[in-house]
Amino acid sequence: MEKGRKLRILVAKPGLDGHDRGARVIARAFRDAGFEVVYTGCHQTPEQIVSTAIQEDVDIIGLSILSGAHTYSFPRIMELLKESNAQDISVIGGGIFPLEDIPKLKEIGIKEIFEPGAKLQDITDWVTTNIQPRQAVALKAR
Amino acid sequence: MGKKVLSESALERMQTEYNEWLAEYKQALQKMPERLGRFSTVSDLEIKPLYTPQDIEHKDFFEEIGFPGFYPFTRGVQSTMYRARLWTMRMFAGLGTSEDTNQRFHYLINHGETGLSTAFDFPTLMGYDTNSPLARGECGKCGVAIDTVEDMQRLFANINLEKVTTSMTINPPASIVWAMYIANAENEGYSRSKLGGTIQNDCLKEFIAQKTLMLPPEPSLRLVTDTVEFGTREVPRWNTISISGYHIREAGSTAVQELAFTIYDGITYVEEGIKRGLAVDDFAGRLSFFWNSHIDFFEEIAKMRASRRLWARLMKERFKAKDPRSMLMRFHTQTAGCSLTAQEPYNNIIRTTTEGLAAILGGTQSLHTNSLDEVYMIPSEEAVLIALRTQQILADETGVTNVIDPLAGSYFIEALTDKMEEEATEYIRKLDELGGMVRAIERDYPQMEIADAAYHFQQQVEAGEKLIIGVNKYASERRELEFVLKIDDTIEKMQVDRTNQFKEKRNKDRYRRAMDELRRRCEGPPSWENNVMPALIEAVRAGATEQECCDLYREVFGVYTDPGTF
Repeated sequence: MEKGRKLRILVAKPGLDGHDRGARVIARAFRDAGFEVVYTGCHQTPEQIVSTAIQEDVDIIGLSILSGAHTYSFPRIMELLKESNAQDISVIGGGIFPLEDIPKLKEIGIKEIFEPGAKLQDITDWVTTNIQPRQAVALKAR
Repeated sequence: MGKKVLSESALERMQTEYNEWLAEYKQALQKMPERLGRFSTVSDLEIKPLYTPQDIEHKDFFEEIGFPGFYPFTRGVQSTMYRARLWTMRMFAGLGTSEDTNQRFHYLINHGETGLSTAFDFPTLMGYDTNSPLARGECGKCGVAIDTVEDMQRLFANINLEKVTTSMTINPPASIVWAMYIANAENEGYSRSKLGGTIQNDCLKEFIAQKTLMLPPEPSLRLVTDTVEFGTREVPRWNTISISGYHIREAGSTAVQELAFTIYDGITYVEEGIKRGLAVDDFAGRLSFFWNSHIDFFEEIAKMRASRRLWARLMKERFKAKDPRSMLMRFHTQTAGCSLTAQEPYNNIIRTTTEGLAAILGGTQSLHTNSLDEVYMIPSEEAVLIALRTQQILADETGVTNVIDPLAGSYFIEALTDKMEEEATEYIRKLDELGGMVRAIERDYPQMEIADAAYHFQQQVEAGEKLIIGVNKYASERRELEFVLKIDDTIEKMQVDRTNQFKEKRNKDRYRRAMDELRRRCEGPPSWENNVMPALIEAVRAGATEQECCDLYREVFGVYTDPGTF
């Protein structure tokens, strides 16, 4: 594993939701924290998100959603990562979720959910602490 | 030379006494300094400790303030304002199926709402039927699912469409949804010439902020102009565009950016109408606006007052409008969703009340007050009733509606109104220089101005320079409200089934002919002969779904996708 490689993060908005203020703000915060950021804009399907994540060789996907359609898109993204043998790409989520959905999202493997009011600093710190560049792990898996 | 508010001698005395006060103020601060390093609005516009007649000494009362219902309309668009008729209480509503939303409409009307406003779900907003693979998981979540004219019938069942005005928040597919509305109204026996309402139909702010994206800017403008032209000729009581700052502000802009970008979008629509060959006074009177009322009370009032004066001047001077109705900035207001907090949600009632009051003092023509639970999802009946009652209490109990434009003449409000107009005018000059709004959008200019402002605000919140109670001051944990609306995931299948059944029973020849005619018009040069509206009304009557019409648009005009800049 190359030492000190920057973390690569994909910020993605699944579904038809156009509320991109949070996604764009967090993308900047990740960039300012020294990560390499890929942002693909609004209206991405789960298939597009997983395919971009693999092509761009990211370590983590940050999903932003405010529409309530996470009940479909989040499990679908986790399923596609598994099918692509890319479960080692971590997934986190931010936006608005009914409280009762949060444990369900964690059960399917979403590492963390950031709710309204979460500080940018806390989110970037969480990523720095919990996520390692995945290259070595991925090679082993293949 | 205009008439000055104060005489020369009075101004001199003012300066002397102001200096005395300032010395005293500075001395007092030695003992107890100012609470904040810098006092500024939520948009970060710096505010002085005191405003005096000196701040408006240049003011020409007749040219700049004047009387309500008279140019430049700073004090209001009608001479009577709320003394004769209150604003329209218009709650944005849409949830689940067309039946669910119809029930909500009746609930709101039964509790004193005076106009309807329809929220569509994301597939409808983006031009997809519920059976599209892209619509999975979205049906009815953020609004109502409308695929066909039959859904439209269920949506407005037992509502008198000649008496109630209806606003519909729909943008790229606005022409199609409006065609469904007209077709359904006529099926129900109403006359299109008597229908009143609004389609949002503001494609430009989609590229700038709301991101309900479908077609590239140029064909989007062509379709908007088709609706303007059709409305002018056939549906004269309809507001064909609601030129919207709301979403620009929610995306993180400042008040001035909201004002400037929205007014410039308005300029663009007027230019397009004129290019089509319409006379400005034939259509400008049906253009309406939509402002956000954010949490900074005076800034919002000043913005709304400035918006009227700025638009009136532009219409008169830039477009040579003659009819005063063409110069009227009539607007809807919604309180700021982005000012609400998931923490201690009951506090949102206080925020909404303050913002609603600002909209009233700003002279709005209609108002949506957010529900306290709108921070989580679309509102429950319990929460929406509190929000509606908030408007009603402001209207009937507080006395603020007794007098027209009560804050006029306030040194601060007038100075802030001037500041809003000046700074917005500077943006308008810059947009002119860039070659207009479409060019500016292509260069990502308004998008990045907003992204910068949004990031700046978030950094101010994190640094504690902007305070949000329950979030970064007296911070508390989120807890679930006892009444949170849930949209059942099983309605998706029901809606898919009935749209499929609807398509099976339509007359295939009539449908084919209607779609061919729609395509012919889309492919032809923009003109009244090629206006899409008559063809769309026939197409939806013949059984075309929303997505079928949008797919045709996408095929003919191409597709626009979010460039994803940040």
